[in-house]
Amino acid sequence: MDFIQNFPCISIILCLFAGIISSGLKDKAAMWLNAALLTVNTLLSAFTLTYTLSIGQPFVYVMGRFPAPWGNEIRAGALEALMALFFCVIMLLSLFGGRHKLVEEVEEGKTYLYYVLSDLLLSSLLALVYTNDMFTAYVFVEINTIAACGLIMIRQNGRTIEAAVRYMIMSLLGSGMLLLGLCMLYDLTGHLLMSNMKEAVALLVANNAYQIPLIVSIVLMSVGLCIKSALFPFHAWLPDAYGYSTVSSAAILSSLVSKGYIFLLIKIIYRVIGFDIYHDTRIVDILFLFGLMGMIFGSISAIRENDVRRMIAYSSVAQIGYIYMGFGMGTQVGMIASIFHILSHAATKSLLFIAAIGLTDVSGGSRKFIELTGSGYRNKWAGVAFTVGSLSMVGVPLFSGFISKLLFSQAAVQNHTKMLPALIVLGISTILNAIYFMKTVIRIYTPIGETAYTNVTFKDIPIYAAVLVAFIILNVVLGISSQPVVDIIQQGLSTFA
Amino acid sequence: MSKLRPQKEYEKTTAFRFFRWLSGSKDPYIGEVEMHIQEENILPEETIIERMREAQMRRDKVYDDELNKPAHLFHKVYVIMAVLFCIALVAVLLITVSYLPPSGNPDNPVNNVVSERYIESGLQETGALNIVAGMILTYRAFDTFGETNVLFIATCCVMILLMVDDAILKKQAVLNDRRYEPKNDAILQGTAFILCPIIFIFGIYIILNGHLSPGGGFSGGAIMGAGLILYVSAFGFKKTQRFFDEHIYKIAKITALCMYGLIGTYFYMTGANGIENHIPLGIPGHILSGGIILPIDICVGLEVACTMYAFYALFRRGGL
Repeated sequence: MDFIQNFPCISIILCLFAGIISSGLKDKAAMWLNAALLTVNTLLSAFTLTYTLSIGQPFVYVMGRFPAPWGNEIRAGALEALMALFFCVIMLLSLFGGRHKLVEEVEEGKTYLYYVLSDLLLSSLLALVYTNDMFTAYVFVEINTIAACGLIMIRQNGRTIEAAVRYMIMSLLGSGMLLLGLCMLYDLTGHLLMSNMKEAVALLVANNAYQIPLIVSIVLMSVGLCIKSALFPFHAWLPDAYGYSTVSSAAILSSLVSKGYIFLLIKIIYRVIGFDIYHDTRIVDILFLFGLMGMIFGSISAIRENDVRRMIAYSSVAQIGYIYMGFGMGTQVGMIASIFHILSHAATKSLLFIAAIGLTDVSGGSRKFIELTGSGYRNKWAGVAFTVGSLSMVGVPLFSGFISKLLFSQAAVQNHTKMLPALIVLGISTILNAIYFMKTVIRIYTPIGETAYTNVTFKDIPIYAAVLVAFIILNVVLGISSQPVVDIIQQGLSTFA
Repeated sequence: MSKLRPQKEYEKTTAFRFFRWLSGSKDPYIGEVEMHIQEENILPEETIIERMREAQMRRDKVYDDELNKPAHLFHKVYVIMAVLFCIALVAVLLITVSYLPPSGNPDNPVNNVVSERYIESGLQETGALNIVAGMILTYRAFDTFGETNVLFIATCCVMILLMVDDAILKKQAVLNDRRYEPKNDAILQGTAFILCPIIFIFGIYIILNGHLSPGGGFSGGAIMGAGLILYVSAFGFKKTQRFFDEHIYKIAKITALCMYGLIGTYFYMTGANGIENHIPLGIPGHILSGGIILPIDICVGLEVACTMYAFYALFRRGGL
């Protein structure tokens, strides 16, 4: 066995260790430990990705002395490694981009807890990505949920406490449904390991046995994960949680936490139930419908919003709708589009959140549109970054959002029954996206002459500007050279089954 | 004829005190037992009424949907729909359960190679008489490490919410956290004096015998945490801090979790890379047996005890 196969395990364990040790450190030391951890994990994930691409197939890693159905096991393929690499990079950038706000908004002496939570959150995301065992997935879903609650409420004001309570209730409902579905499926299959479960489910379907419990358990798991990732009718917790928490938390929650659950759902679809069986249950049609509704209603809510942070949060609802629409196509191409959109949305949404905070900072901290007038001139870096993010979200060529819209349209064209609704809603949603994002961009570039607010230059915010530039580069790279990424996704998905 | 005693001499006799107690003219406890009179927080009448009226007005303004007919209707429909939805969910789940394989049937899918190996060769492979402990701490050691971290992260979240600054804590120490309880309650202290050592020893026993008998780190740790809570409620934080303050709490927690992590990492890495395991399994049934189970149980016990106590202390006064 190559030594590099240890890397996924090492990166999960490192995160847990860093979280544990950070709980005894001072704020500054915890921050540096967190930054070092994220850098090391990025490197480890990059090595894993190149390794899996070079051997061309996934590998399994036994966690302990006992082989799979008895012990724990993790599995790394091209897709998992790509996701892990992406999660580490986005988290690193989001934390650096929001650091100055973190110092302001979090009570002094409690900042180290923020890094404890983010270390453990990363461990749970990596475990969700790499796990090959449903119960391990559930354990780390728990860690993920609690850590996300902590990230929301660490900025202590009434709004965030309320948002955290709301998030906790919805998220625990989702976890409970996932657990119920998991228990039922275990009762029917007798296994917790994904590959063994899949064999047992295929046998059940072939024998036509236990049809009702099987369907109910699939529905429970899907709905549970939909609630946790804020699909349209279950999105009530989202705007407050993203809109009022500190900016790093908003970026991490929108671009990583919900994506972790979506990735777990992809794993369940491909590796636990089996793509064809999942497709035959017609649940995909419901996901498709809710995805379409989310795309429209999320955008309409965003248009009605008068608060820039909440507007970006509502835009997340629409983007999650895109991802579920891709699931709902029920084809491999649709799934590839969805996974690419996970990456593209993660890169863009965290950029938007972090750019928005720069704009509100030079507008006296107000998030109302009227105050933001001309803020693009006062903080040029944030203005440019916000424009890039908006263009990417709307789907202008050169940026990542364009590629995901293109992939979605291609997937829609190849599906005869769902082509028309998907294309129509895609069009409407793009126009709605353009309305609220372009409205904001025009607003921030409307000159107003003399103001009481001071201008900000590169010297004042070097780290922040560097983070924005990194995000823009990431976006443009995803938009221009998307083919290698799509190839990796394709290769990963083909070895996923 | 008896002699009439002088009043001063008479006041010293038992009879005088007895008759005085009988007539109720003096409470014998006052001045003898330390008592803390409860301070009632009395606000001036006017402000209370004013505040109530203000709050009521605010509430009325926010929640009044009598005037808003559509909203009123919506709330009613909402409640009805929520109840109906819950009933429907319960019905679906109940119906599903009736279709599940009957419990206890030997042909159930759950009775397969997995549980067979756990039961048949669990003893040789893990060296633990308690098969459940062997399963969660050896076969599925990674899951349990995650589960322990759930406890850890839960404490972190409670700390975010309830932890108070040291300076404020010192200021509050004058006010005391036991405003409505008597200080130095003799009955509680006497009971705690007898019970605490027993509880601690019982907790340690359960932790150390986790691989031999029912129990283990989680249950033993919970018992020890309960003992700590009893001690602190009987003797107060000042006495507890002589052996368990925030510093020691941090050291204990971090050491326990790190030890667990190191043992776990050693176990995963050697297992996955096919390196020989140098932790002996021992003879099943002996106290020093079971390979990694015993040290992990000790770590988990320490962590759980710390967590239990930290929850109590944080909820009670916002600091350890």
